[in-house]
Amino acid sequence: MSSELHTDIAIIGAGPAGMAAAIAACAQGAHVTLVDDNPRPGGQIWRGGPSQAPASASSTFRQLADSQARLLSGFRVAAIPAPGQLLLEDPHRAQVLRYGKLIIASGARERLLPFPGWTLPGVTGAGGLQALVKGGLDVRDQHIVLAGTGPLLLASAATLRAAGAQVLLIAEQAPWSQLARFGWALKAYPAKLAQAASLAWQLGGVPYHHASHVLAALGQTRLEGVQLQLGARTLTLPCDWLGVGYGLLPNTELLRALHCQISQGAAEVDALMQTSQAGIYAVGEATGIGGVDKALLEGRIAGLAATGAVAAAQALAPRRKRQLAFAALLDKHFALQPAITQLAQPDTLVCRCEDVSHASLQLFDSWREAKLQTRCGMGACQGRICGAACESLYGWQGSGDRPPLLPTRLGSLLEPTLAKANPT
Amino acid sequence: MKVQLFIDGQAHLATLGSNLAAALAGLPGRCSVSGQPRAALCGMGVCFECRVTIDGQPHQRACQRVVYEGMEVAREL
Repeated sequence: MSSELHTDIAIIGAGPAGMAAAIAACAQGAHVTLVDDNPRPGGQIWRGGPSQAPASASSTFRQLADSQARLLSGFRVAAIPAPGQLLLEDPHRAQVLRYGKLIIASGARERLLPFPGWTLPGVTGAGGLQALVKGGLDVRDQHIVLAGTGPLLLASAATLRAAGAQVLLIAEQAPWSQLARFGWALKAYPAKLAQAASLAWQLGGVPYHHASHVLAALGQTRLEGVQLQLGARTLTLPCDWLGVGYGLLPNTELLRALHCQISQGAAEVDALMQTSQAGIYAVGEATGIGGVDKALLEGRIAGLAATGAVAAAQALAPRRKRQLAFAALLDKHFALQPAITQLAQPDTLVCRCEDVSHASLQLFDSWREAKLQTRCGMGACQGRICGAACESLYGWQGSGDRPPLLPTRLGSLLEPTLAKANPT
Repeated sequence: MKVQLFIDGQAHLATLGSNLAAALAGLPGRCSVSGQPRAALCGMGVCFECRVTIDGQPHQRACQRVVYEGMEVAREL
């Protein structure tokens, strides 16, 4: 059984940016299809759905539900059979989606960097642990340590505490001088400052250590404890979960596969959010890490621009400046300290899919060479985790993305041919 | 509200609406190519560490699947 879907505007990613784009495009009367890999809309920030999201999110959820947008949850983009077409796959079937314009709201993932013991069950990303709790993970009375960098550590700690966990401490790698400058600069963003103050209040007595990082996760077959560098001293603590994340990285695989220009890891866009490819737009974290307000605004601009409401889109465009300035602030003040990229020991695995160690990768000069010799980056995640790690540890740049973008069933790859043979 | 699912044939209760990686709570779902136990890392569908077999379909990401009554999970150990 083969089928092909048609739509005016295809939107990839149903987080805040994709939702805002869908709402704006639908209001213009366009036929919109919103495709998302997750079981529910909301992206990672609103992963738990409207009931767990802040009140400010509920109107976005409601407007999306009230719109005519067709929502394909649980579908991922597997390949690009031809220009203007995407091959989608869910656990059961594959479908070709033909579109007029494309808006990519692919969001971000965490930068996860290797340290001894990081492959033990119980060690997750910092945002990863938050995502699991939003997905129903029971952390009541569990002892948790969070480490890494950036405001996500605070947000994650607040979610964990609200779910009944005992957050033992937060280890932030940035030194106090950088954090103080970030705090000072935040005064230009009263809403963000209020958010930070509210998080700080929710965190009550959780110790927050700056210039601190995880040295090793301890345990045999599961996490049992963590060794930390807290300023000048080291500390070993027993814990049930360890969440470690070094900031966020835009998901650019689909953009790269469509030959959209990428600069500094994010999609290059014009004032109306169009990429270097005509008719392909990028919004939200995919254009640079800046948070939910930037995502909502960019989604709206692209939804309008892609449906021809150019004047309305142009009127919103100047508001981006402020959001971009905030994004630059995040980047600058949470830059990684050199110690963070030197935590891996010779036997620490860098590529977790193919179990490739730091020692064996150090022999190579480039991503491509390492890939050919060790299979680094050639496993199930297709280099999504170790690619960023190799860039941080060895300075290697990725070698571009080719479809299929994810492990895909052979039957799904045949779908475009079947669809052509049996048009519906 | 709880649903009953089966992990390697053993009945488990999970909260309705939760995802499978959350329900597994750090229980390894697979072994790496060198035989190490692995469980969810990124929690959002990127790393593929949490994959398991669901109702006979191999290599499904547990973090991207909502639990349902009668779900049969086989760990890939």
